[in-house]
Amino acid sequence: MSDEQQQDASKGPIGRFLAQPADSISKTIFVAVAVCLVASMVVSAAAVALRPLQEVNALKDKQINILQVAGVYDPEEDVVEAFAAFEPHVLELATGEFTDAFDATTFDDRAAADDPELSVELEDDPAGIGRQSKFVTVYLLRDEAGSIDKVVLPIYGYGLWSTLYGYIALENNGNDIYGLQFYEHGETPGLGAEVDNPLWKAQWNGKKLEDEDEILQINVSKAVTPAGPDYHVDALAGATLTSDGVHNLVNFWMGEAGFSLFLDNLKAGNV
Amino acid sequence: MAHKRREMLVDPLVDNNPITLQVLGICSALAVTSSMQVALVMTIAVTFVTAFASMFISIIRNHIPGSIRIIVQMVIIASLVILVDQILKAYAFEISKTLSVFVGLIITNCIVMGRAEAFAMKNPPIDSFIDGVGNGLGYGLILMLVGFIRELFGSGSLFGVTIFETVNNGGWYVPNGMLLLPPSAFFIIGLIIWAFRAWKPAQVEEREYKIQTVDAH
Repeated sequence: MSDEQQQDASKGPIGRFLAQPADSISKTIFVAVAVCLVASMVVSAAAVALRPLQEVNALKDKQINILQVAGVYDPEEDVVEAFAAFEPHVLELATGEFTDAFDATTFDDRAAADDPELSVELEDDPAGIGRQSKFVTVYLLRDEAGSIDKVVLPIYGYGLWSTLYGYIALENNGNDIYGLQFYEHGETPGLGAEVDNPLWKAQWNGKKLEDEDEILQINVSKAVTPAGPDYHVDALAGATLTSDGVHNLVNFWMGEAGFSLFLDNLKAGNV
Repeated sequence: MAHKRREMLVDPLVDNNPITLQVLGICSALAVTSSMQVALVMTIAVTFVTAFASMFISIIRNHIPGSIRIIVQMVIIASLVILVDQILKAYAFEISKTLSVFVGLIITNCIVMGRAEAFAMKNPPIDSFIDGVGNGLGYGLILMLVGFIRELFGSGSLFGVTIFETVNNGGWYVPNGMLLLPPSAFFIIGLIIWAFRAWKPAQVEEREYKIQTVDAH
C-alpha cells in the first residue's frame, strides 16, 4: 500500500469524498444538492416559525385598512380598540341579507372563495377572480344614535400582475363613495402600485355609484364620461391594465353579481 | 492579525467605500434613502446578508465547484435575503411595507455578490465575516448620510421626529419636495463622491484617455 492510499483510508469514505477536486462531476452534483437542501430547510423553517406573527400583522394591517377607508384611523389609538366600533356581518350575496350561519369575526372570505361548497364558479367574470364566495364579511359603522353611518365592503379583482384586495366604504345612502383602498396587491411599483397613492385614493371620496336612473356609472378611465365628473375617477398614468382592473372590479362588485341587492336593502332601510 | 482585521472593518467605510469608490449598490441607495429609519433598516439588512453570506460561502469555499460557483453563491445569498424578509414581515411590518421589493432586491445588490466573489472565495470565514460587516457598514454610512440630507431638507424631520416645522404644519420651513424623489439621491451621492475624492485624492480614478497637447509652432 502506498502512502497516498494509506492517507486516503484514514480519512474514511466522507473524507475521501470531500477530498476530491471540487470540479469533479459527482462533487458538483453533491454540492449543488446539499446547498439547495440546507438553504430550503432554513427558508422553510423561517417561514413556518414566523407565520403566526406575520398573520397577526396581516390581520392588523387589514383592520387598519378598514379604519382608514372609513376615515376613522388614528395612528395614536390602539387598532383593536378602534376596530371594535365596527360591526362585522356575514352577508349572503344572493339575498343581500345578513346570515347567522357563520361567525362574522372569524369568517374567512378568501378561504370561502376556494371552497366549492361556499362559492360559485363565475362564467361572466370581468374582475378575473375565477370563483366567487357566496358569503362575504361586511362591516357597519354606526353613528352615536345607533343608525348606520357607513358600510365597508370587501372588493377584489385582477389587475395586471396580481389580484388586488381592498375595501370600499359607502355612505349610508348606499350610493355615495366615502373611500376606496387596497390592502394587498402586487402591481408594478411606481405605476400600478400608485393605487396606494393618497392623492389618487382621495379622488374616490364623494363619487357616486349610480345616476338618477339607477344605472351603475362609476368608472375609472382617462376622460370624463358623459355621465359626468361625479362618476369619474382618473385612470393611473402608465398603468392602463391596473386601472382597467380597478374599473372592472368596482363595477363587478357594485353590480348584480356583487352587492347590488344588499345596497338596495340598505337604501330601503332594511339593514 | 488583529490590526489587519480592524483595517478590514474600517477600510470600507471611507478608503474603500463600496458606494463612493466602487460605485456599487446605487439602485437601492436611491430608493430607500428618503427617510433615515428606512435607511437604517436597509443598512442592517444588507450588513447582515453580506456578513453571513460571505461567512457561509467562505466556509465551503474549497468545495464549491468553479462551474456552479455563482449559482451556489446566489442560493446562499437568496436564502439569507428571504430570511431577512420573513423576519421583517414578522417584527417590523410597517417598515417591510415601505421597503417592499427592495428587501428582495438585496439579492441583486452588487456589494453582496462582489464581496462573495472577490473576498469570501479566497479568505477564511472569520475574515470574510468581518469584511462583510465592514462593507455593509460602508454602504450603510452613505445610506445614512443621504437619508439624513433627504429627510432633513425634504420633510424637515429626522427619524420621523420634526426638526424644522414645515409650512404645512404651521411652521416656517418650506420643504424641498425634490429631495423626496429618488433622483435627488443621485445628486447627493455625486456630491458625496466629490467630497470624498477631494478629501482623499488617491480615490480619483486615472483618466482612461490621454489629453493630447499640440506644440505651438
